[in-house]
Formats: sequence, structure tokens, C-alpha cells
Amino acid sequence: MGLQGSAAIVGIAELKPEKKPTGPEKFSIEQWAQLARLALLDAGLSHGDVNGLVTSFVMESAMLAPATVAEYLGMEVNYAEYVDLGGATAAGMIWRAASAIELGIADVVVCALPGAMTPQPPGAPPAMDGWLYGASSNAYGSPQAEFEIPYGNIAQNSGYAQIANRYAAEFGYDARALAKIAVDQRTNACANPEALFYGKPLTIDDVLNSPMIADPLHMLEIVMPVSGGAAVVLASREKAAQTPHRPVWLTGFGERLAFKTHTYAADLVRTPIGPASDTAFAMAGLSRQEVDMVSIYDCYTIAVLLAIEDAGFCAKGEGMDFVNSHDLTFEGDFPCNTHGGQLSFGQTGMAGGLSHVTEGARQIMGRAADNQMTRCDTVFVSGNGGIMSEQVALILRGD
Amino acid sequence: MNFEKPLPLATPTSQPFWEALTRHEVQIQQCGDCGAWIYYPRAFCSKCLSPELEWKEISGRGTLYSFTIARRPTAPFWADDVPQLIAVVELDEGPRLTSTLCNVEESDIRVGMRLQPLFDDVSDKGVTMLRYEPE
Ligand SMILES: [Zn+2]
Repeated sequence: MGLQGSAAIVGIAELKPEKKPTGPEKFSIEQWAQLARLALLDAGLSHGDVNGLVTSFVMESAMLAPATVAEYLGMEVNYAEYVDLGGATAAGMIWRAASAIELGIADVVVCALPGAMTPQPPGAPPAMDGWLYGASSNAYGSPQAEFEIPYGNIAQNSGYAQIANRYAAEFGYDARALAKIAVDQRTNACANPEALFYGKPLTIDDVLNSPMIADPLHMLEIVMPVSGGAAVVLASREKAAQTPHRPVWLTGFGERLAFKTHTYAADLVRTPIGPASDTAFAMAGLSRQEVDMVSIYDCYTIAVLLAIEDAGFCAKGEGMDFVNSHDLTFEGDFPCNTHGGQLSFGQTGMAGGLSHVTEGARQIMGRAADNQMTRCDTVFVSGNGGIMSEQVALILRGD
Repeated sequence: MNFEKPLPLATPTSQPFWEALTRHEVQIQQCGDCGAWIYYPRAFCSKCLSPELEWKEISGRGTLYSFTIARRPTAPFWADDVPQLIAVVELDEGPRLTSTLCNVEESDIRVGMRLQPLFDDVSDKGVTMLRYEPE
């Protein structure tokens, strides 16, 4: 079942995360073109090589986004896909692109996620719905409009906090272990000049002394959305042979989703990354012990803890001990989010999820800088959308 | 900017639920084919897709499955209402629902605590919200 592992990431592009974007704002389709250009340059491939596109939403077109992008880029493609998995979108794009390549319907596929603000028409009032409701839907007939929003159950913080409190009730809670996840990732960011928090070391006490946002989550355990963008080019074995970098093969993936609002999760602390990871490892024919680095979607520290457990790197309920007894830095015995993670690299909107893919590719290609691991052949990547509600696991491998 | 709190707008499917609340009763659906209790209201059973869903009155009692104490408002509507005690309640029949906790000290909130409905009539709106307090 599944992939043969004959499609590879051959080019990556990533804009440096910024709190406030420098330079003029660009529309989504302009950002898409910029990111595609950079990723193709990195891969040594050209406009005419591309015959597949994977996108998520673009601000300029609520419908028909892939066609909007293809037309703007001036590309005719055999494969165009729209992925709508929140924070799991990036990882979801990668396996879809690789599948299309293995099916033989495309041999060079570009996946891009713009992550910067777009220009507003002169004099227009700011759009409010996204600000008021986040990813929740206030449309008539939406279960969230009727049964969540009126109770204030909106946005991510309260949902992840409820996961953490449920976890505490079942397994106990060591706030210092959770904080250590953020601290180790900050150590990684301090070796990565591209990271938003480069040069700003962090201690466990700093995390625990930061303001409580939603019990038990502190401010420094929560990502800060910033501006950026990323893209990845995948290619067939034949095309990959013409590219300059060590190819990063996708040898396994899994995907699982079951709900939108966490209230309706069958089990709030045994999350969909479990079955998604089982599928991915079985497809790749690998054990957890063969992984050199984990690139885990880290919107919150509790999300990392649950992914470490549910993806099978330790037993359920032992994640806090595992974090306390392992070094999660790029020089450690369980390297995790070597770019700093979104917590310290920066959550560049939807592109933040792609940063976990680009970092995995960078480590396997040997192109990380001061944070390069001495040896990295196998990377586990997770994507996490909603409130741990939609999850994707990827296995990346170098030859 | 109008930050009047958002209220539920009943649909043809959910109307019996909201109407029961205005009478200070809790009604949810039970599937006539597979027996599953369903929340939130649906037109088709979420266990078997049967359309044979029957409204049944229940006590509304349950236990606290999880919660948070939001110290920053989850949206601008609740700017004056922090901390918000947002809760997931597991009904004795099984389904879970979202609510908020009332009449409880922060330090007394425990996952697993028993809860009973508190019918919150929103004045002038004809809407009753289903909130919860310790039994
Ligand atoms: Zn049924």
C-alpha cells in the first residue's frame, strides 16, 4: 500500500519571518509567483518544467483558487489541487503532490503557501470576520455559529487549553516539561539566523513567568503569527536526477481527521496524529527509532507533547518524562524542530506548517547552517490543523 | 463597532432544542434506528445516518470533561467578561457539549465534577442559553 518513495522534494524557498513585513504588500497570487520562482530557482528547474500545482486559499478568489494561480503564473498543468486542512495544509500538500507524481500525471509539482498580509482597496473598512471568529464559521446553519460561538468557544487558545487540562486530569501535568519544549526550540532558533527569535535565549522560568492566557497555557507556549511565506518543489526520480541538491524522498504518509470543534473529539488527548503516524511508518517500512529528527507542528507546547506520545516516540502519558530526559536541540538525542519550530522560528500564517517540511528537507540536504545536524537521513514531519483535529504525518528520507 | 454578543440563531433542525430551553427543559435527539444519543441537533444520525431522530427530554446533568479559564477574551465580544469559564460537558447520556460554568470558584473546578443545567434566559431576545453549575 502507498508510496514507492519515487517522488522527492528537490527545491525549497522560505521568506524570513518578520513581525511587520518590510517592503510593499503583495497580493496572494503575487506572493505565490514570488515563492514559486524562488523554489524553482533553488531546484534548478524552470517555468516550463512545471506540470502540477498545489495551493490553498488565495485572498483574491474565494473559488477556483488553483485555476486562479495557474492563470496568474501562466502555467498549464495536468494536476491542480486545493488543500484546506488548516495547519495540516502544508503536510497535506506534500503527499498529494508526491502521489500525483507517482501516478505519473505530473513530474514537477509546486506547492506554495503565501503568508503575508495582502493590500486592501483604498478607503475600505478592514475585514472583520476573520478577526472576530478566526477559523470558526458564523454562517447560518453552521454548528459553530449555533453551539460554539455564543458560548465564547472561539479560536485556538481555549481549545488547546482544554486539551491540556484534560491531559492533566488523566496523566498529571508538569508545567516545566511543557516549558522545556519551548526552551529547547528556542536554543535551536538561536543557532538559526533566519528565525524570528534568533539571538533571544529563553529559560523555563521565562516561560512560566509569562502571562497566563488560558489556563494552563502561558503566552510563551503559544505561537505568534507573523509575516512570511514558503514553497516546495517536488519532482519525479527522473527529474530529481537533474537537480543540484540531495533529493528528499517522501516514503510514507498518513492523514486523519474527525471533527472541527474539539468538544466533539472522541478522545481529546489521544489525537489523530496517532493513526496518521501508524500509516506513515508502516508505508515507509520504518520504526520510530530510525528517525533522526522530528519536525512537529508546534502551535502550542501541548501540541508537541501530544504528538510525541501519539506518534509513538514514547508511551501514552510518558511524554513529560520523555521531554525532561531528552535534549530536543539539534545537538541533542531527540532533535525536534531544529529551525526553532513555529514557536521560535515564527508562525508565518499557513506557511508556518511548511516550515516543518522545509526544515526537514534542509537537514537531509545538509543545507542548514549553524543548526545543521551531524547526520540526518530520516525526518518525521507532522501537520496539525484546527484543535488537533486534522493531522498529517510525513516520512522524509535521503538516499 | 458593534460588539453585541453573538446569540444562536435556531434552524428548522435545531428549533426543538432551543424551544425546550426556553421552557427550562433539555431535549436532545435519540436515533430511532441505532439508539444513539445525538448532540448537536442533526437531520441525520451521526452514528448511522438514519433520518429517524426523535426528540427526548433528558435531565441535562453530566460531568465536566474539560475546561479552561480564559484570562484574555476569546473574541472582542467578551472583553468585559474575563475570565471566561469555558467547559466541555459530558452528558449522562454520552454526548458532549460546549457551555460555560457559573456559580463556581475557579479553584473548585475539577475535571470529572458533577454539573447541572442552569437556564440563562437572555432578556428581550427570546433565547435561553444552556449553562452549567455544580450539582
Ligand atoms: Zn443512528
